[in-house]
Order: sequence, then C-alpha cells, then structure tokens
Amino acid sequence: MAYPHSHPRETRILSEHFGEIEATTLDGWIERGGYKAVEKALGSMSREQVIEVVKESGLRGRGGAGFPTGLKWSFMPKDDTLPHYLVCNADESEPGTFKDREIMRWTPHQLLEGCIIGSYAIGASHCYIYIRGEFVDVIPVVNQAVVDAYSRGYLGRDILGSGYSLELTVHLGAGAYIAGEETGMLNSLEGRRAEPRIKPPFPAAKGAFGMPTTVNNVESLAVVPHIVTNGGDWYRQWGTEKSSGTKLFSCCGHLQKPGTYEIAMDFNLKDLLYDLCGGPPEGREFKAVIPGGSSVPILAADELDAECSYEGLEAAGSMVGSGGLIAMDDSTNMVHAVRRMVEFYAHESCGQCTQCREGTYWAAKILRRIERGGGREEDIPLLLDISANMAGKTICVLSDSAAAPIVSSIQKFQDDYMALIAKGQHAAVGT
Amino acid sequence: MADASSTQKVTIDGHEVMVPPGTTILDAAERVGVVLPRYCYHPGLSAPALCRMCLVEVEGAPKLLPSCVQQVQDDMVVHTTSADARKARRAVIEFLLVNHPLDCPICDAAGQCELQDYAFETGQLHTRVTDPKMVLGRDNVTPEIVYFGDRCILCTRCVRFMDEVAQEPVLQVVQRGHKGYIDTMTGDLFEHAFSMNIVDVCPVGALVNEDFLFKARAWDLDQAPSICPGCSQGCNISLGTKENQIRRAKPRPNMEVNSYWMCDEGRKTVVNWGSGDRLEVPMLKGDSLLPVDWQRALSALTEALRGEPGAARGVASAGASNEALYILRRLMEVAGFDGGYFAVPMAEEHVLAGFPKLALRSERVPNARGAELFGFERSDDPYAEVASHTGALFVLDDPLDGAPEGFGASAAIFVYLGTRLSPAARRADIVIPVTTFAEMEGTFTNFQGRVQRFAPALQPPGLARPLWMSGSATLERLGTGSAYRSAAETFAALAGDYEEFDGLTYESIGPGGSLIASARTQTARAG
Ligand SMILES: Cc1cc2nc3c(=O)[nH]c(=O)nc-3n(C[C@H](O)[C@H](O)[C@H](O)COP(=O)(O)O)c2cc1C
Ligand code: SF4
Ligand code: SF4
Ligand code: FES
Repeated sequence: MAYPHSHPRETRILSEHFGEIEATTLDGWIERGGYKAVEKALGSMSREQVIEVVKESGLRGRGGAGFPTGLKWSFMPKDDTLPHYLVCNADESEPGTFKDREIMRWTPHQLLEGCIIGSYAIGASHCYIYIRGEFVDVIPVVNQAVVDAYSRGYLGRDILGSGYSLELTVHLGAGAYIAGEETGMLNSLEGRRAEPRIKPPFPAAKGAFGMPTTVNNVESLAVVPHIVTNGGDWYRQWGTEKSSGTKLFSCCGHLQKPGTYEIAMDFNLKDLLYDLCGGPPEGREFKAVIPGGSSVPILAADELDAECSYEGLEAAGSMVGSGGLIAMDDSTNMVHAVRRMVEFYAHESCGQCTQCREGTYWAAKILRRIERGGGREEDIPLLLDISANMAGKTICVLSDSAAAPIVSSIQKFQDDYMALIAKGQHAAVGT
Repeated sequence: MADASSTQKVTIDGHEVMVPPGTTILDAAERVGVVLPRYCYHPGLSAPALCRMCLVEVEGAPKLLPSCVQQVQDDMVVHTTSADARKARRAVIEFLLVNHPLDCPICDAAGQCELQDYAFETGQLHTRVTDPKMVLGRDNVTPEIVYFGDRCILCTRCVRFMDEVAQEPVLQVVQRGHKGYIDTMTGDLFEHAFSMNIVDVCPVGALVNEDFLFKARAWDLDQAPSICPGCSQGCNISLGTKENQIRRAKPRPNMEVNSYWMCDEGRKTVVNWGSGDRLEVPMLKGDSLLPVDWQRALSALTEALRGEPGAARGVASAGASNEALYILRRLMEVAGFDGGYFAVPMAEEHVLAGFPKLALRSERVPNARGAELFGFERSDDPYAEVASHTGALFVLDDPLDGAPEGFGASAAIFVYLGTRLSPAARRADIVIPVTTFAEMEGTFTNFQGRVQRFAPALQPPGLARPLWMSGSATLERLGTGSAYRSAAETFAALAGDYEEFDGLTYESIGPGGSLIASARTQTARAG
C-alpha cells in the first residue's frame, strides 16, 4: 500500500505505478517496460492494425461521452493530403474529476506513449496535449517527459528509425471548463474563445486549424499502450461486453479514504464506496452519490447497488461520465449542493446559447433564493420547466449538464427543497 | 421538369417544396412563406447557430434542430409550429428577458425590435422571473454608436460584421456566460468607414446611433426606397422621414451593389442633403430678382430661348437625376448645345473588405456616369469653362460656391435651375426651383453603369418642382416636345433618344436596377 490509498480489489493497469516517483522519469519508465508498446506499434504494426486492436479491445472514451475509441480513430480520412492532428484532452475540469491529473503526475510517459501510438494510428504529424492551466504541479512533469522523450528519439523525426515523425506540443488552458468540450478546446487551441462549435462538421472532418482531428481524453490514450502490448482480448477480460477493461474513478466528498481507484468496469458501486473508499465518515450515512462528475444525474442512497459499467450506471439512473465520484453524506443539504453546482455551470457557460447562458443564471438565482428562505412552492415546477427548456437544445451539452442535477435532486430530494421553502427564512446552510 | 438529382423535396408545415441540396431549412421555409424567427442568423453573415431561436422539429430527428444551419435532406418533413418547437421558442424569449430591462418606452429600437416582435408573436407576454436582473450599463463603442449592455442578447451579429464584412475584428464578446457583453478588444473606441452597419444588424436596441437617439420612434417614420447620393456607388437605401424631414437612411439589400450594407458617410450625407434655406419659388430679374408664378416663369424661359440667345453652355451638378440632366440637355439644345460641364468632388475611397463590390467611392457624387451619358464633361473647374460665355448660360443645381466674380455677367441669358439661391445664383435672369432626389421620382446611373430608381420621400418645398416637369412644359411651349406627366414618361423619352438606355423602362429597371447597354456587354464579356 503506497499510493495515497490503494486496495487489493483494484485492477491496476493504468495506476500500477502511481505513487512511484521513479516512474515519472524516462529511465524509470523504461525500467518498468515503458516504450515497448511504441516500438511494437511503430515497428511492426500498420496504422490499420493499431486501430483494429483498439477496436477489438472495446475501449470507450473516458472523457465522458464513452464513444468507442477505435471507431473514432477510424473516422479519420485515410489519405494524408491534409495534415492530421491528435489533441489530447487534459483539461480535466469536471467537478469531482481528478483522475487524468494522477495519470500525468505519476506516469507522464504512459500518456506520451498513448499519444504517440494514437497519432500514428490516425496519421497525425502533430499532437497537442491541452492541459488545464491550473495543474501547476503536473505541467512541469509532463513538460520534462516531453523533453526527455524527444532527447531519446521517441518524439521528433523518424521515431526509432520507423520513418514516422511526430511533433508534440504541450498547450496550457487558461481557466475555462468549457475548453474541455472538444470543439471548444479546438477553438481555444487556435487562439479563439473556447466556444463549442456546431457539429457537423465533426473534428475528424474539420478540427484543429480546419484539419482532420481526433480529440481523446488522457485516460483513453494512456491505456492504449497496454492494449497494443497485450491485445484486445486481454483488455476484454475485465468488465462487461459493452464496458470492457478498467476505469479510474476519482472519488471525493464524504469518504473515509477518498482517492483515485482503478476498478474493472463490472465492479459494484457499493463496494467501491464502502470497501475501497472506506464508506462515509464515522456515524454518518450516504445521502447521495454522483458517480461520474457533476454533469451526471445524482443517485440516492438506495440506488447505489449498481455495476460501474456504462450500462450498469445508466440502468441505475446515472452515467459513468468522467468517473469523478462525489459522495455526499446525510449532513448535506441537497439544495445547497445543487445550487453550488448550478452556479459552477452559470460561471462556466460560454454564453453562446440563450438557454444555457440565461437558464444557468436564472436557475442559480432561484436556488439561492430558496436556500436563503425566499422559496415558494411554485419554484419547484418552475425549476423543472427551466431545466426542460435547457436540455437538448443547445450547441454542446453543458446546458443539459446543468439541468441534470436540478432535475434529479428535485426528483429524489424534494424534501430538502420543501423544508427550506417551509422554513421560509434564512436557512443555516453556509455558502 | 425539375432535375431530380439536383433538387430535394422538403415538406414544411404541410407545404411541399423542391430546393437544391445545401439549402437550409430556414431558407426552404421562406420559399413556402414560413418565416422562422431568428436572432443570430443574418443573411449577410456566417451562421453560428447560437441563439437557438429558430429550432424546428424534423421528423425522425431526436432533438429540435436549428433551421438556420440544418440543411434539408430529400423527403425531410419539418414542423415549425409543433408543440415542442413552439415551447422552445417561447422559452428562448423568456430566457432572453431574464436579464432584459424591458425599457422599450425609451428604447430607440422599439417598433423595429425583433425581441418585441417575437415576444408578441410567440405569445410570451408574462414573465416568471421574479429575481433581480443584472445591470450592465451603457458605453460608446465608436464616437457615434452607443452600446446598451442590458439590452444586448449576445447574438454576435455585430462582432461578425466587424470580423467578416469589415474584416477589422475589433469587436468581441468580453467575459463569458451571462456576464458576457460586447466591447472592443482594448476597451477603446473604434472607427471604421462602415461601422454603422452594426446598428442595422443589431436585432434589438443594444447598438444605437447617437445621431438618431431619441429623435423619432420607428413607427413614426415613413419609409421610401431610394438611392444614396453620397458617392458613385449608388447604395440602395431606405429613407426614414418624419415631418417632411429625412431622419435616417438604412441600407436596402441589393447583391449587385451594396449587399446589406452602406457606409457611414453616406448616411450623414443623406440626412443633410437639401437642408438649409431652400429656393421655393420661380424668380425673374427685373430691377431685382422677384418671385413670380410658374406661368410667368415658364413664359419667360420660353421667350428667352425663342429669342436666339446664342448657343448654350452649362454647368450641371452630377447629383442631378438622369431625367433632370436629359431635360437640361434638351433645353440647351433649343439654343444649340455648346458644352456642359460638371465637377466631381473627390475624396478618399474606402472599400468594404468583406464585400469589395462596395466602396465609398472617391467620386462623391451619385450620377457622374449619367451626366457623361448626356454629353456633359467632367471638369476640374467647370466655372472657368463657361465664365465668359456670351450665349445662353444654364446652371443646374450647382451652388456656384467658388464661382468667379461676375460669373454669368457676359451671358445673353443666365438660367439658374436649383435648390438653393447662393449669391452667385442671384445674378441669374431666370431662376427655376427644382427638387432634390428625395423629393421626386428619378434615376441615377452609378459607376458601373447601373441605372437605379429612387422614389419620392419628401414633399417639395413651396413651388419647387422636378425639372422634368417644368422643363418638359417649356419644351412643349417651344414646340419641341410634349409635357411629360411623370418621371417614367420622361425616362421613356430619354431611353428613346440615348442608345445606352435603349430598352430600359421604369418597369424593367425594377427595384434592383439595370445596366446600361455598354455595361451589359462588358459584364457579359467578363462573365
Ligand atoms: C462541457 C464539457 C466539458 C468537458 N470537459 C472535458 C474534460 O475536461 N476532459 C475530457 O477529456 N473531456 C471533456 N469533455 C468531453 C469532450 O468533449 C470529448 O468528448 C472527449 O474529450 C473525447 O475524448 P474521449 O473520446 O477519449 O472520451 C467535456 C465535454 C463537455 C460538454
Ligand atoms: S450549451 Fe452552454 S456551454 Fe455549450 S455552447 Fe451553448 S452556451 Fe456554450
Ligand atoms: S449588440 Fe446587438 S448585434 Fe451585437 S451581440 Fe448584442 S444584440 Fe447582437
Ligand atoms: S437563428 Fe438559428 S440559432 Fe440563431
């Protein structure tokens, strides 16, 4: 037991070397078998074969949407008349999510390997890692890894004599959650405001600088070297048919042992919460759990006996999302928690779409008023109607994400709302 | 029969329409008379599909789709007024009003505001907003344009105009989300020759021309289609008038000339055109210059021309209409045409980068091309050409500012046809009051050779009448023609006499204008 908290029931593929300071160095990484996958992919596999093995593995995007990674790669044009780009989404800003940070902080070369193999697979000549600017401790680690990889010929011209060349640039974000949305990220990368683009065109057709581009999450890319080394079937030994492999869950909130845990995707949520995370603090009980980052619906305490697969959490009424688990115990006032989340979305909405820009602002105002004792019963249907008007009508899904916790909290924790409304006075719930 | 491969069948609210591939639902809907509400969409700008006002239901689609960018597909079935689409639209209005001050009673855009219009149209007349609104205040973005932040709906039309059309990306959304507002990158004021188009594209009252601020309510203005007289471009405009005064000019779309735009200088020129003391009555010189009625004035002009005063020379304004210049030419021909001249004030040219067909032309008069077609010559000093002329001297609407001392003194007869009586014009023997372009129907020929019609927007002052009217009446008296009853009739005569105008009529010119013959063959060759 080294890394802040780890547990024998984890399946540690990505996180095997978390907590080992030597693994952050190039030599340390090579000692641990690093860059074998790059050698294999570039030395003995065609682009199509790499895509094929990732398809076989069943890997789905870990950034939130769960789109099959191999399939996404196969959308890239086959001819290389235009430059192709791979953009690694390391903007990790979803509340409750900090698993990409752990990958980059402990195993930067694991990510670089994924970037190199991914770039090779989609025919990219340039890869960007777009890192959240606030990750001040992570950025130098990644930068050092890039410098070292260049110096040893894993990046740059004619990598390992394979004839394949790749430039890699680390780009820092400037503090906007919406830059994590892939097309917002592309705009930001181009020096524009991080405003999501209308799709189509999709990035594979017209992405960074107008060129064919794939955007992948850090975790999606970091696992690729393992799949290339061990094969698709090997990865499929964990998880379910629709949710293969392992997934990092960054767990925070009211937990005895918060931290990042790697579990097979068929792991039970209750086990994750009680066994790996040590359950709620002494004398408390879970009231609500958000399993996949603030953008997914909230689960109530009686909904926690669920499989952590895409389909399992969906059946339970939520989503895997980014794997940013937020646990809330019975000391939590849900109106307060949801108001805080909605204020986050109001602050982070890029403001293009009317529903999102004004809806997040308005809903946050109403929630705050309820919290402060000025609530009215008609606020409940009003909030539900505002949420309905916000969902499914905008350029990106931030608007839906803001609506989701409002709706699920009203459905599942209406008592918290009614109590505050009934109290009709300043409620002592802090801010 | 329509080529099946090149058109697609769409059904919009039950109306079937065939459109070419690539047509947006919004455009296709317009073809069947369904005008979808829109804020961010403007036909002259790119479509960012961000206001989400134009959402429609498409059968088989999981979500409502933005009609301004969604292209039709064959056999698509669209419902623009389904319950979902209507609810979404009402919701957008409600959301837009969450932080809107509703200060319509003091807003310049009231009456021409798309927010007002759609609020009424969608029936969202109540607000469920009880929480306090954000206050943003107002600030200038140019020395003449004020931005009212609270009214802004962040449609970004103004930003895109500066980016894409002016191609000087000075405006941007500052901040993000509900805190967003429009400002320049540096916070400083900007200036651009076409800046006032941002006021036109603004669908609400967020960008306001200070010049027009609180001058008139939009619904109090009468509108007349016209042509800007500011330069030889001939931008198609609409004149907004009230109490027989021009209050403002707005561009009217014409893809061949000015797209949806016009320059700032033109707007100012139009508003000031013909202002100041006007010449309102005909006058004859006896002991001094005295007002007379039209009968006596026309008789005097007729007599003078009958009296063989000697060949005629003249100075004309290139701001006069084709019809006026044609009549002037014919009046001069009675005495024998011996040369007509006009000055062309020149100033810096400003091309609109994103629509380079349009420029504020360096020739700051509307009808130099027309004047040339009737045989007038441009001259750096037209007064010098006629100063010592001894025959008949005609001046058409040139103020004679800067004419030499004793101008016209040597002429046998000096006829002044004008809108203003300057000291030099007071030396004329016969003074005939004419109308400005805004007070009559007529045409200009722009730099390309495009003949474009303008409609009367104002009542002429006093007894002033268009020259085609007084001039053709004189020609009738002289027995060299008949009095025309309309500008159209005058134009028909003109087209019969001048080959360049052959075949053109007011009807055929229509609202978009028509090229003169040589310009037609030129474009044909170029095309
Ligand atoms: C508002 C918003 C924020 C997002 N933020 C992130 C993020 O921080 N990191 C990330 O990987 N994906 C984020 N995404 C998802 C990306 O758009 C995109 O789906 C993902 O990067 C694709 O990578 P994947 O296929 O590997 O999951 C966000 C999406 C939205 C709508
Ligand atoms: S939904 Fe919100 S965050 Fe997404 S593009 Fe629209 S305004 Fe921006
Ligand atoms: S100022 Fe007018 S045109 Fe510009 S974004 Fe605001 S509402 Fe749109
Ligand atoms: S007009 Fe279509 S989204 Fe704005």
